[in-house]
Amino acid sequence: MADTGLVETLLRRVEKVDGGLDSQDVATSLGVDHQAIVGAVKSLLALGDVISADQRSSKHWELTGEGCEIAEQGSHEARVVSSIPEEGMPQSQLMVEHLEDLVRDKLLLVQKGQASQLEEKEKNELKKRKLLSEVTVKSYWITKGSCFSTTITKQETELTPEMIASGSWKEKKFKPYNFEALGVAPDCGHLHPLMKVRTQFRQIFLEMGFTEMPTNNFIESSFWNFDSLFQPQQHPARDQHDTFFLSDPAQAHEFPQDYLERVRKVHSEGGFGSQGYKYDWKIEEAQKNILRTHTTAVSARMLYKLAQQEKFTPVKYFSIDRVFRNETLDATHLAEFHQIEGVVADYGLTLGDLMGILHQFFNKLGITKLRFKPAYNPYTEPSMEVFSYHEGLKKWVEVGNSGMFRPEMLLPMGLPEGVTVIAWGLSLERPTMIKYGINNIRELVGHKVNLQMVYDSPVCRLDS
Amino acid sequence: MPTVSVKRDLLFHALGRTYTDEEFDELCFEFGLELDEITSEKDIISREQGDTKAEGASDVILYKIDVPANRYDLLCLEGLVRGLQVFKQKMEAPRYRRVSPASSEPQRLVITEETTAVRPHAVAAVLRNITFTQERYDSFIELQEKLHQNVCRKRTLVAIGTHDLDTISGPFTYTAKPPGDIRFKPLNQAKEYTAQELMSLYKTDSHLRHYLHIIEDEAVYPVIYDSNGIVLSMPPIINGDHSKISLNTKNVFIECTATDLTKAKIVLDMMVTMFCEYCEEPFTKETLSADFINRKVGISESTEHIAQLLTKMCLRSEVMSDGEQIEVEIPPTRSDVIHACDIMEDAAMAYGFNNIPRTTPRTYTIANQLPLNKLSELLRQDLAAAGFTEALTFALCSQEDIADKLLKNISETRACRISNPKTAEFQVARTTLLSGLLKTVAANRKMPLPLRLFEISDVVLKDESKDVGARNNRRLCAVYYNKSPGFEVIHGLMDRVMQLLEIKPGQGNGYHIQAADDSTFFPGRCAEIFACGKSIGRLGVLHPDVINRFELTMPCSALDIDIEHFL
Repeated sequence: MADTGLVETLLRRVEKVDGGLDSQDVATSLGVDHQAIVGAVKSLLALGDVISADQRSSKHWELTGEGCEIAEQGSHEARVVSSIPEEGMPQSQLMVEHLEDLVRDKLLLVQKGQASQLEEKEKNELKKRKLLSEVTVKSYWITKGSCFSTTITKQETELTPEMIASGSWKEKKFKPYNFEALGVAPDCGHLHPLMKVRTQFRQIFLEMGFTEMPTNNFIESSFWNFDSLFQPQQHPARDQHDTFFLSDPAQAHEFPQDYLERVRKVHSEGGFGSQGYKYDWKIEEAQKNILRTHTTAVSARMLYKLAQQEKFTPVKYFSIDRVFRNETLDATHLAEFHQIEGVVADYGLTLGDLMGILHQFFNKLGITKLRFKPAYNPYTEPSMEVFSYHEGLKKWVEVGNSGMFRPEMLLPMGLPEGVTVIAWGLSLERPTMIKYGINNIRELVGHKVNLQMVYDSPVCRLDS
Repeated sequence: MPTVSVKRDLLFHALGRTYTDEEFDELCFEFGLELDEITSEKDIISREQGDTKAEGASDVILYKIDVPANRYDLLCLEGLVRGLQVFKQKMEAPRYRRVSPASSEPQRLVITEETTAVRPHAVAAVLRNITFTQERYDSFIELQEKLHQNVCRKRTLVAIGTHDLDTISGPFTYTAKPPGDIRFKPLNQAKEYTAQELMSLYKTDSHLRHYLHIIEDEAVYPVIYDSNGIVLSMPPIINGDHSKISLNTKNVFIECTATDLTKAKIVLDMMVTMFCEYCEEPFTKETLSADFINRKVGISESTEHIAQLLTKMCLRSEVMSDGEQIEVEIPPTRSDVIHACDIMEDAAMAYGFNNIPRTTPRTYTIANQLPLNKLSELLRQDLAAAGFTEALTFALCSQEDIADKLLKNISETRACRISNPKTAEFQVARTTLLSGLLKTVAANRKMPLPLRLFEISDVVLKDESKDVGARNNRRLCAVYYNKSPGFEVIHGLMDRVMQLLEIKPGQGNGYHIQAADDSTFFPGRCAEIFACGKSIGRLGVLHPDVINRFELTMPCSALDIDIEHFL
């Protein structure tokens, strides 16, 4: 609060005038610094509508230090002339008979506040000589506000327990809040955006009646990752530059022996209505341990387990977990990412059922326009790539892969002949990047992410 | 997915009409192809080597088309056109038959026993009375290259050699000899070399050097001679110059040497069926019922219509006398058809995936969460509510991250090692979440203090009792990074976690901590956590050397527990 005396003086001045007052004039007439008046105006403004004040600015000319000296003592030239003693003066200078000190006269005019009497040219000339300077003065035009009063009551900043107890709040005036400002950020922790999206996908699967598969086994044998899925041993995905192999523990040592034999047979000789791939299937390849390249390895284990039940029961399974690829890394590919997978096994499922369930699944993600493209995948037949129409990009973008598991995969497991298994998969990172508008996957996953991004990320509602 | 690039105008000419880019893209989509890019030779050169290099290059429009990895029959212009034309019912599915040469015996390729040591299989065929144009010739060479890169697995499984039959005379011999004994003038070279000299000559050849490793270390190299001792080729590296084919070649001798006989046959079939109507392989026949297709696809079409759909896909089909079964001819071009389900897919494609009615399966099931994941989800929510922020770090890391930097010996970590990492970042699977969290702190040193981070995720440990010799372990790890160590903060978080898990302080069935020695932690500032009588993890103030090794500057306390005990 500015000096109360000054505030009251100011209010009395405002009361007396009809129109308004200029703060600069008040300062001059009260003989106080203009800044003190500005302080008083601001504290009155904070009280509400006691006064209103419009900022205005005016320009005027002022003398510089040198200018002041000249105004007081005369211009340098005049001072030289006047200081010549009467006797010892060279003839030539006696020519000056009467000295008119024009510079000083002009400066004196400015000093008296009559700068307007000078021509612009003259003022600029003096400015060039650094005798004058043009100054901008900001001042307030003060008028009475709607609640004008010459007495001011001190405003309270906050409600206190004492005021509530005594009821004194009824008489008090409270300082208005500044609703333009931001609040204080709460002191809290935050969940990672990718994990928030994962939670939503889990929720969607649970809503659709899918049971979660145990995918907590990053290390898998080639047998479950490839061979059980009828993926031939020379398949490019099994190359060193696509898959991470392990040197320790290098090999898996336990397989269901009779099942392994059926897998060997269907690859090398065929059977179950298939001609097979007709090659020399090697157990050594199947034993090689790898970091799983897809969660479908777990689906294979689960379907095998299902086939061992005495009586087949239909199942719906899902998982969302990490998978690993020894790929070249770029802005959208990392060596590890999360795969989302859904699997349904039942008698008599059709390709139409797969498309129907995909439609419902993607509907829950807010994706309604879907179309399907024939594709190739070693363990599904038919295989379909799922495309959705992206309204922003104005084109069809691939959003997932799907298919019916091949009989060469299911029948050796021991599943009944009429059982069809439909499945689909997508990555968790891609929809998350699209959702949050992230172009580089490194800004989303890994230790290099900016925590501010984590702090600032919104809640995840996939369907809005 | 292999990409085939074809000249657009040539393609349209062969298809008998023109398409807009959009129309062609749509056609591709329906047929299971993808029009990947529309470009020209000039565009490609200017993108890869700059505009100046591109000057004068051809600006004929090229379509780059992605072809499914199992459809070797679509890898060249001829095959693509055939597939699309039959699909659009503009032509009938072709039939292939073998002819014997009118004037003489069929050619013979004799395989000697020596080849078993290095490349045991070979198959061969002859294309007679062929007329090459520049385009056909280019396409012929390109198909070989595509096959080499895809089904031949970069010549390891199969290598193709093509020869002008009129410059050589059969019978041919496929044998294997010590490198010093093989001597011939290779393709496009001026003089003769021994096999050894060739191997060093090609060390610097940008194209051929990639194939040298296939036979380099073998005692004998494969080689094919004609009856006069002329070298046809030294597979899988190079052909002889003598028998090279040209635009004027009339009769082409094709040999495929291989380590995989099935693949060799596929490749040879592709080469001959794509370029000739006179081919040796008879087609096979399969029968299946219309009901099977209707049931799997979810449609109800007549037997006749399904036979029509299949014929549209180059699988000539006829309804059998019972009106139920369909007899399908599988041409040698369709090596991907090995089960009735492959035929079913073709029927579905011809019907149009997007025309199949979408239905909801009536499979009734009750959803269940995996208990471990359910627990993790619940704890994550409450750790965030306790003021800690979730990090998401990689499961793979360097050996240094989990050992040296944490002042541990790698042998005590039980870490699983990766045999083929491209960089040090992927040497091992992590055995602790701590290093990932500390790296996250290091990358965020500019953020206001204190930093409170947690992660609940899996580490991987060797475990002989599992079939693969390793298992995941679900951990909860948290760090507090500030100007003071804040042991009480991390300790308080541990108390809170126990409270959430309904475990009370105390011995026996409760939890307690007791001083422990751990090289990662500052001496005297580490405790082991016991819950229900079992050790479940540690907490403490990190050792200053650990702080330094992660390029941090402030004190830091950490909590690391195994949450699988609480299931």
